[in-house]
Amino acid sequence: MTRPVTRPVTRPATRPATGRLNRRLAGALIPAYCALAFVFLLAPSVYTVLYSFNDGGRRNLVWQGFTLDNWRNPCGAPQVCEAFANSLQVGLLSTLFATTLGTLVAIALVRYRFRGRALANLLIFLPMSTPEVVLGAALLSQFLTLQLQLGFWTVVLAHVMFNISFVVVAVKARVQSMDPRLEEAAADLYASPWQAFWKVTFPLLVPGIAAAAALAFSLSFDDFIITNFNSGSFTTFPKFVYVSAARGIPAQANVIGTAMFVAALAVVIGAQVVAALRRRVSGAGSS
Amino acid sequence: MTTVAPGPAIGVAAPGTGAPGTGAEDVAARRAGAAGVGLMLPGTLYLVAFFVIPVFALLATSLYVPVPGGDVGQFMPAFHWQNYVTALADFWQPLARSFWFALLATAGALAVGYPIAYLIAVRGRGRPLLQGMLLVLVVAPFFTSFVLRTIAWKQILADDGYVVQALHWLHVLPPDGRLTATSFAVVVSLTHNFVPFMALPIYASLERLDPRLVEAGGDLYAGPWTTFRTVTLPLSMPGVVSGTLLTFIPAAGDYVSASLLGNSTNTAMIGQVIDTRFFRLLDYPTAASLSVVLMAAIAVLVGLYVRRTGTEDLL
Amino acid sequence: MRSPHTASLELWGVRKEFGSFTAVESLDLTVPEGSFFALLGPSGCGKTTTLRMVAGLEQPTSGVISIGGRDVTGTAAHRRPVNTVFQSYALFPHLTVLDNVAFGLKRKRVPDARAKARAGLETVQLAHLGDRRPNQLSGGQQQRVALARALVNSPSVLLLDEPLGALDLALRREMQLELKRIQADAGITFVHVTHDQEEAMTMADTVAVMNEGRVEQLGPPAELYELPSTAFVANFLGRSNLVTGSVVDVGEVLGVDVAGTRLRVPVGRVSAGSTGVGAVVQLGVRPEKVRIVANGSEPTSGSNVLGPGKVTDVSFTGVSTQYQVDLGDLGVHEVFAQNSSGAPEVRVGDAVRLAWDVDHTFGLAGEPARSGQ
Repeated sequence: MTRPVTRPVTRPATRPATGRLNRRLAGALIPAYCALAFVFLLAPSVYTVLYSFNDGGRRNLVWQGFTLDNWRNPCGAPQVCEAFANSLQVGLLSTLFATTLGTLVAIALVRYRFRGRALANLLIFLPMSTPEVVLGAALLSQFLTLQLQLGFWTVVLAHVMFNISFVVVAVKARVQSMDPRLEEAAADLYASPWQAFWKVTFPLLVPGIAAAAALAFSLSFDDFIITNFNSGSFTTFPKFVYVSAARGIPAQANVIGTAMFVAALAVVIGAQVVAALRRRVSGAGSS
Repeated sequence: MTTVAPGPAIGVAAPGTGAPGTGAEDVAARRAGAAGVGLMLPGTLYLVAFFVIPVFALLATSLYVPVPGGDVGQFMPAFHWQNYVTALADFWQPLARSFWFALLATAGALAVGYPIAYLIAVRGRGRPLLQGMLLVLVVAPFFTSFVLRTIAWKQILADDGYVVQALHWLHVLPPDGRLTATSFAVVVSLTHNFVPFMALPIYASLERLDPRLVEAGGDLYAGPWTTFRTVTLPLSMPGVVSGTLLTFIPAAGDYVSASLLGNSTNTAMIGQVIDTRFFRLLDYPTAASLSVVLMAAIAVLVGLYVRRTGTEDLL
Repeated sequence: MRSPHTASLELWGVRKEFGSFTAVESLDLTVPEGSFFALLGPSGCGKTTTLRMVAGLEQPTSGVISIGGRDVTGTAAHRRPVNTVFQSYALFPHLTVLDNVAFGLKRKRVPDARAKARAGLETVQLAHLGDRRPNQLSGGQQQRVALARALVNSPSVLLLDEPLGALDLALRREMQLELKRIQADAGITFVHVTHDQEEAMTMADTVAVMNEGRVEQLGPPAELYELPSTAFVANFLGRSNLVTGSVVDVGEVLGVDVAGTRLRVPVGRVSAGSTGVGAVVQLGVRPEKVRIVANGSEPTSGSNVLGPGKVTDVSFTGVSTQYQVDLGDLGVHEVFAQNSSGAPEVRVGDAVRLAWDVDHTFGLAGEPARSGQ
């Protein structure tokens, strides 16, 4: 296919002035609209942060006045820190398992030939395209049939299940962008398959695996519906907030939510800045 | 990749999986052998054990009948397909409403997400730091707990909140009108929750778009709008399809927004019904048959949609 | 740093199938120790697959590969005493240039791996860039790093897979000479895969021309050029004018009737199986050996002469002028004339005859010419 040739000067100079004005207006329209869209997107997060400073006590629904008490004593409300700790544990454990299993599947799907690839792809795709309520109900049916005690482990099992597919998709993209000759070059330079994986494949996949793990953790940490179906009396942070909603959510929940929000934001903004600095350095280095 | 948000989760198919062994040069890419199966096995077995078999357990449960003379919540295996008939007769309204709300939320997320994706990918081209920061803003809502965000909408749309007061003042809303406990609140929350799922895949496909194609459009005397309609939009369709699927499917099954922001009469979605049947009423067969119906309906709708948009190869 | 480890490479009946597609058909090759050997052919001819089988990156369907007399057919890639310079270089992007070069030495647990790697970088004049990442280097520099990374291990055989393909013309010429120098200094057996006939002829002692999974002809470049044994080689390695005729006269010099014209060819320059009376053979000649005989002048006696035909194109290329002459049923022939004094004044449309020495004629089996140009 031949690339279209562009000529720098294409517009007749005698274009009417009103046309130019319209174009400028249209040019400003998209940023203005997007500014409103960002307000819409971020308003709930801002409210969550604000209400962590609300002197609202147990029923943190109406603004009562500014206080730092909630921040001084984030575990002040019953169960809130316990639920938070539970979510962290479930998140870390399910991320570890899902990332390991998903990474292996992603490498196999991109690098190896075997029978049943299409079926395997479908198996990865289906959990992502099934509503959470169905996943939760199906697992619950299974756990009820097996008469398993619902609790921490059933939640972990469920989270690993829905996270595997997301990890596969995220890591697969990274494996696909990796030149297969690099692994061959490693073998050519006397690296055993094991060494080739740890010295070449794995370091190159790290960004993809890390992104997949972060995604898996945030999906697990934030999951309510599937957890609700399979947790019995075990409480995670989202479940705690949902259940308390009926009688009022303690402001400490907002404190924890805000802390998570700020921490996550700091990590990704930091990553952006590091990437920008690295671009500048490598730009200077190659010139 | 700079963010932790899901990229185009749906719509990643390996190109070049074509006929093996035609031409020696590309054979290097894929190795045969037992190692591949070994790598596949743990993950796929896990999905079989905790996804495939549970779905069959769900199917089986949906056909159970109560144990005669047994307690509430005691059922025995049967093939009582009439469970589906009664479930649909009793709950077709929340089912239909779920799809309607999901459709509205998808349209809303597209209206909010596409311009954002366009701004970042096209207008921000060549300024990676700005693009990165704007992408952070797109995924930032994810960093607040989903349930907390939904509750924040309750605060934003409260009767004495700024939004309602402004609408009263503008006479958009009658003096006794309110936003909480309405379908509007549910759809707004659903829309908000899925904008990032919509914007990110669209961003990904706009980002890949060769800017020279747009310049060529301008070169061939197309105005900005015509160029967008005939060049940019069609080329971003894979992202739009991924985004709409990533929004519609989970939105149809969601019930957090409906149960926290709706009312008990005319905003109930199917997820709420399934949850209530399972946990409050211990009516497992009805809950299971509604789940099966939801899954099947989504499978059919997605199939039709994908065929209609001609993007089968995305799946 | 002359390598003490260099060794010969032998392939016996090596065959490779991918499903129903046969990439390499029963290949026998002997590459003597310390030689510079080129595998030349169009893309898809099986040359890269052959190289990959030697490296151990591909397993032959049948046959035996031995290096220095040792059978390595079943040996895994990382246990073979060979190293490869990959087409796209395949430098590890997450390692510095120095760590790239030290990679193989570290795997072999060679003491002082980094110092040796630095010395290896010096041989390609890149010692000052050891701390850079590969993506901060130019294409030519990356190519040298890839070379150093392979050479530093003193392999028995060095495999080069189109190593110069990504470089621009001037750099390619420079690297050709440099590679030749390094090979001569190190004395390592080089097996070089390329589709560029000029590159193969410039660099290698021995060239094997491959086509459709087979070696068509093998020998020193000059011999392949002067005496191609198949129409494919005649056309892939340089250009040839070919005509078909039947033998009418046998002896030291064969007489061949080509569409009524009698041409002659020394029997020693005919590689056709049968040269008896009536055998169909193809006769060929290189375009630079052909002289244009303008109307009115007479060709020197003892020449083969064809024509008259019509000049359809004259192109000046600097070193030479290239003429296209349409001989009707005998096709369009090419003539390359050096731009030295005494070149004939010929214009498009002129009627001319073509003449060349009988001793410059070569004969091939009488199959119809395959396209090779």
